[in-house]
Amino acid sequence: MAIELLPEPSIPIASPLRPRFGFFTSSPIIAVASLCLLLIIVMAILAPWIAPHDPMQLLPAQRLKPSSEKFLLGTDAYGRDVLSRIIYGGRISLLIGFGATVVSIAFGLLIGLFSGFFRWVDAILMRIMDGVMAIPSILLAIAVVSLSGASVATVLIAITIPEIPRVARLVRSVVLSAREEPYVEAAISVGSGLPKIMWRHLLPNTIAPLIVQGTNFCASAILTEAILSFLGAGISPETPTWGNIMAEGRAFFQVKPSLIFWPGLLLSIAILSVNLIGDAARDALDPRMKQREGGK
Amino acid sequence: MLGYLLRRVLAAIPVMGVVALVVFLLLRLTPGDPAAILAGDNASPAQLERIRASLGLNEPLYIQFFTWINKLLHGDLGVSLISNVPVLKMIGQRVEPSISIALATIIVSVVVAVPLGVIAAWKQGTWIDRFVMGLSVLGFSVPVFVIGYVLIQVFAIDLRWLPVQGFKSIANGFGPFLERLVLPTLALSFIYVALIARMTRASMLDVLGEDYVRTARAKGIGEIAVLFRHALRNAAVPVITVIGTGFALLISGVVVTESVFNIPGIGRLTVDAVLARDYPVIQAMILLTSLLYVTVNLLIDVAYTLLDPRIRY
Repeated sequence: MAIELLPEPSIPIASPLRPRFGFFTSSPIIAVASLCLLLIIVMAILAPWIAPHDPMQLLPAQRLKPSSEKFLLGTDAYGRDVLSRIIYGGRISLLIGFGATVVSIAFGLLIGLFSGFFRWVDAILMRIMDGVMAIPSILLAIAVVSLSGASVATVLIAITIPEIPRVARLVRSVVLSAREEPYVEAAISVGSGLPKIMWRHLLPNTIAPLIVQGTNFCASAILTEAILSFLGAGISPETPTWGNIMAEGRAFFQVKPSLIFWPGLLLSIAILSVNLIGDAARDALDPRMKQREGGK
Repeated sequence: MLGYLLRRVLAAIPVMGVVALVVFLLLRLTPGDPAAILAGDNASPAQLERIRASLGLNEPLYIQFFTWINKLLHGDLGVSLISNVPVLKMIGQRVEPSISIALATIIVSVVVAVPLGVIAAWKQGTWIDRFVMGLSVLGFSVPVFVIGYVLIQVFAIDLRWLPVQGFKSIANGFGPFLERLVLPTLALSFIYVALIARMTRASMLDVLGEDYVRTARAKGIGEIAVLFRHALRNAAVPVITVIGTGFALLISGVVVTESVFNIPGIGRLTVDAVLARDYPVIQAMILLTSLLYVTVNLLIDVAYTLLDPRIRY
């Protein structure tokens, strides 16, 4: 009986998964990227306190003003303060980026685990995944948004759907190789329940590849949200998002190019930081990849 | 070989079937009356009825599906809800700019990215390698519309070397056609160059350690010949694969680039259709681009056997 009271042995998983601050300062580039991302996150969270003006306030008398002391980056075509809109815009980008990543991983993980473990659903599920993957993700996303109307939730769903098959495929491939391992066989033969096998033996194997895939997707989700807004198929135009600010700036590009460049710069820095952290995470989690840095 | 080709074509059919099902269900499963979604808030009952009749929305779901598939297989992609023009005709009229940009991008990207990747692998760990890899991360991160506007600002507005926007058909002469193709192609090439250069470098690194490369060097063959004749040929398969999988990226890129440069191609057609909720056009575009993607990747699989005689099916 005493045996059952012993603490559960911890699962040995790749060490960088434990919260280690060292990873973020492992190279100067990663340190700068982490700092940039942190600053953008802080800026987005603190937006109501640090933005100098209300991002939605229309001042028709102040249309397209150049930079001044009152409006540091000038105003847009409706007289709204550009700096405040950019500061608020980060909120949507990050929300969509992180939100879409979490949701797509949750669904992809579930489908992938089942598909890898149960051969009978595998064939059907994977054919469906192949089909969804064949549709260019931007087209699928704008179709979903145009049909269901533009809200943060729809945009999130629209960006998530095309990514789920990619996560599912990744998890499935990990599960397929892990389930052949002796420890899984042993777990099955001692009569471990299915949830326990999945949770304790299969899931930990998927964490490292999912972190890498997740960061890459987070970057591309931020990008896709901006593209949707830019094309006019995203969150409603009065909401400040980086893509929306640029979309409105298109008509005034020759008069006031900064309407496109400032949000574009911030967007690029955010995506670049996430990508760099993702690349470093891959090197740290999978030493075999250090040499090759394969395709995305 | 023929058997393999047949198997691959057969395997593509269920994929396209799922694509068709997704496209079909997308409109029908969206909460609310599909006709009302497409017509907008202030549509008259007559308008709604016209849309229902045009899309067959009054039939039971499975009949709708089979009628629709039957039409598709006969090449009937429906009629635009806005202009009443057959969708296939609309696409046909706008396909030239998009194909021009896509082809030019693939050519430019391969010509630039493959040598970059080879050099980066050859000089692994040096500043050249780091520079190429840095450029590639940058290419992944800077959105195509940001690059597009930077290029417009520098080359069209400041330097006045090239026109700002627009497109001229090749029928109006090669000069004006090329002039307007340069900036969109450059903008779109960035991400593709990043993708291909990365893969070329990775694949070359795998190959450069092989015995036959050492043998080639030991025989006294020049380094350039070793790299491009002996190593690159063996490293080609993953590079070709990534060109195929990157094709989806290219399609999305064309949609955005056409909006930045005001090019009347099928990307703009799609965006305009989305803004007007012209669903027959949207669904036709999704079907056609998916078919294109599946076909390109099928051809690439077949091309492996030509590139690498070791691969036999």
